[in-house]
Formats: sequence, structure tokens, C-alpha cells
Amino acid sequence: MSMLWIAVIAASVLSFGQKWLGYQAPPDILERPRIARVTTLLPIALLGALVATQTAASGAEIVLDARLAAVGVGAVLLLLRAPFLVVVIAAAVTAAGLRALGWG
Amino acid sequence: MTTAPPAADQGGRGSPGRLRTVRRTGFSIGLATGLYGISFGALATASGLHVWQAMVLSAVMFTGGSQFAFIGVVGGGGSALGAALASVLLGLRNTLYGLILAPSLPHRGVKGILRAHLTIDESAALAASGTDTAEKRTGFWAAGLWVFVFWNLFSLVGALAGQYVADPRAWGLDAAAAAAFLALLWPRLRSGDAVVIAVAAAFIALLTTPVLPPGLPVLAAALVAVVAGLLPSRHHPVPAASSRDGEGATTARNPEQEGER
Repeated sequence: MSMLWIAVIAASVLSFGQKWLGYQAPPDILERPRIARVTTLLPIALLGALVATQTAASGAEIVLDARLAAVGVGAVLLLLRAPFLVVVIAAAVTAAGLRALGWG
Repeated sequence: MTTAPPAADQGGRGSPGRLRTVRRTGFSIGLATGLYGISFGALATASGLHVWQAMVLSAVMFTGGSQFAFIGVVGGGGSALGAALASVLLGLRNTLYGLILAPSLPHRGVKGILRAHLTIDESAALAASGTDTAEKRTGFWAAGLWVFVFWNLFSLVGALAGQYVADPRAWGLDAAAAAAFLALLWPRLRSGDAVVIAVAAAFIALLTTPVLPPGLPVLAAALVAVVAGLLPSRHHPVPAASSRDGEGATTARNPEQEGER
């Protein structure tokens, strides 16, 4: 079995375990504000980092290309309250179009 | 449930009319969320995952943010371990949802397992918007089950389509993934603190990109959240402020709902 399969299965089983654990834990954990704060802030930090690396990283290099323009279009659409799918498709079309024109 | 006599709408004790509305909302959320399973499936197979690997993620991992993080790290050339770690860290919030939901969903056995499996942003959000236990339960199951059905259905459609994409860059799929992360982040940026943390994490991820193996910059950035969360909070002297997370999830799906109308 490949490493990728092992990671897919292990991460999937762990994901279920995380959900299950929430129902087993004593409810007073919620009253510990630091635990609740870290759990709330983690997705924000991870998603922020993922936006940055997915937009500007290429392997170990920082590359500014068509992706940056595409994410900019996505941000404008999000400001206009466009739905998720519209944002994602518009970003893909922007990047594909710019590349077809030979930029990025 | 359908044999219940038509009850007056006042009293708010989960009257049939209200519960029907909650069920309909659950269906709309399921369809809207499920649709972007297409982008997950397509990005997954375009990033080099097998169709079945994409489907195990959708059926068993079943939590969108973690699934996108997993394929984002793999697609960016990161290790399988880094991908698994990123997805597990993003999935921590589901534990919090379980803690919040436990009192209104006291189930054991098969239903207890199903309850855990369907614990995601959308089901927690609709449950949180219920005004009594009946509405909370109905909302949780309706959103959870419909998202599961449509998410898996559309993931498969996307995964099969993504296989035929020879050059993901030419189709702009790398940019689509970046925009997907931004769209997942957007509804969470409701406070100044959240914006500062997102920007700091992005900055650290880019700073460490040249020096760390692919995938690890994202995890290094996660430390920002841990440090910020453990620091004594100056802005929120009331500890209860943090238990508003369930509401955070509620607003997380609002753009989707508005988009539908």
C-alpha cells in the first residue's frame, strides 16, 4: 500500500475520531476559554496559510503569477457575496485565461 | 411524526410547520454545499489522488476544509504525512462542535456513531440556529444527511472529470484551490483578531516556504493560532466569548444561502 493511501485512510479515521471525541468529553472543557480559543483560531490560521502558499508558493520558491490575479478576482466576488462555486470557477477561468494569453 | 395533529404555531416547541422549514433549509444547505464537492473531486484527482482516494476522503473524512487541506498539501508537492497533519489540525473544530451539540443529541449505538460522523460546519450551524431541542435535532440531521448525500455524489462527478485534466495549471485549477481556501476563510474573518491571525499565518507560511519542506510552512503558521489562543486575551475579558463558536459556524454558511435566493 502506498504512503498516500495510508495517509488518506489514517487521516480519515482520525477525522471520525475527532468528531466522536467531542461527544465523549466532559462538557466543562468548554468552560476553559483557552481551549475554545485555540480551536476557533486554528482553522483561521491554517486557511490563511493555505491561501498564501496555494497562491504564491511553487515548490520552495515564491512565484507571483496568474494565481495572484485569480485570487484577487475571487476576493472581489466574495466581497460581492458571490456563492462558493462561482468564486472557485471565476478564479480558475481567470488563471486559465491569463495563461492562454501567455502571462503567468 | 407526520401523524401528529396540526399544532398551533405559537409556543415554539418545534411545531410541525417550523420543523418542516428547518428540514427544507437542511436540504438547501446540503445541495449548495454538495455542489462544491465537484471542485473538491476535480482538484483531488488533478492533484494526483486516485478516484477512490478522493472518495474515501469524502465518505470517511467527510469534512470539507480538511479534505481541501489534504489535497492542497499533496498537490503542492508536500508529503503524505504533512497532508494528514494539516487535515487533522483543521478537523479539531469538529471536536468542539461535538462538545456543543452533545446535550441536544444524546444518542448511543448506531445513531451515536452517525451523529459523530455527520458533525461538520453545516450541521453544527443549523443545529445552533434552532430555538429548541426539537429544532436543533431536526436541523442537525437534515443538514448532516443531505450534505453527506450531495457531497459524495458531486465529489464522484468531480473526481471522474478531474482524471481527464492533463495539465491542471492550464485549466487554472491551482488558482481554483487558492480561491477555495479564501472562500472557506472569508466567513470566519468577522473580527479584527481573526484578520490579524489569518494575515500573520499567511506571512509566516510564505517566509518559511523557502526553508521548510513543502507542507510544513502551513503547519508552522498554525502555531500562530496556538500562541495567540494561549496568550491571555485582552480584547475579550468575558471568557464566555469563546463559546460563540457555534454561531461562527452559522454565519459560515450564510453567503451560500444568500447566493441561492
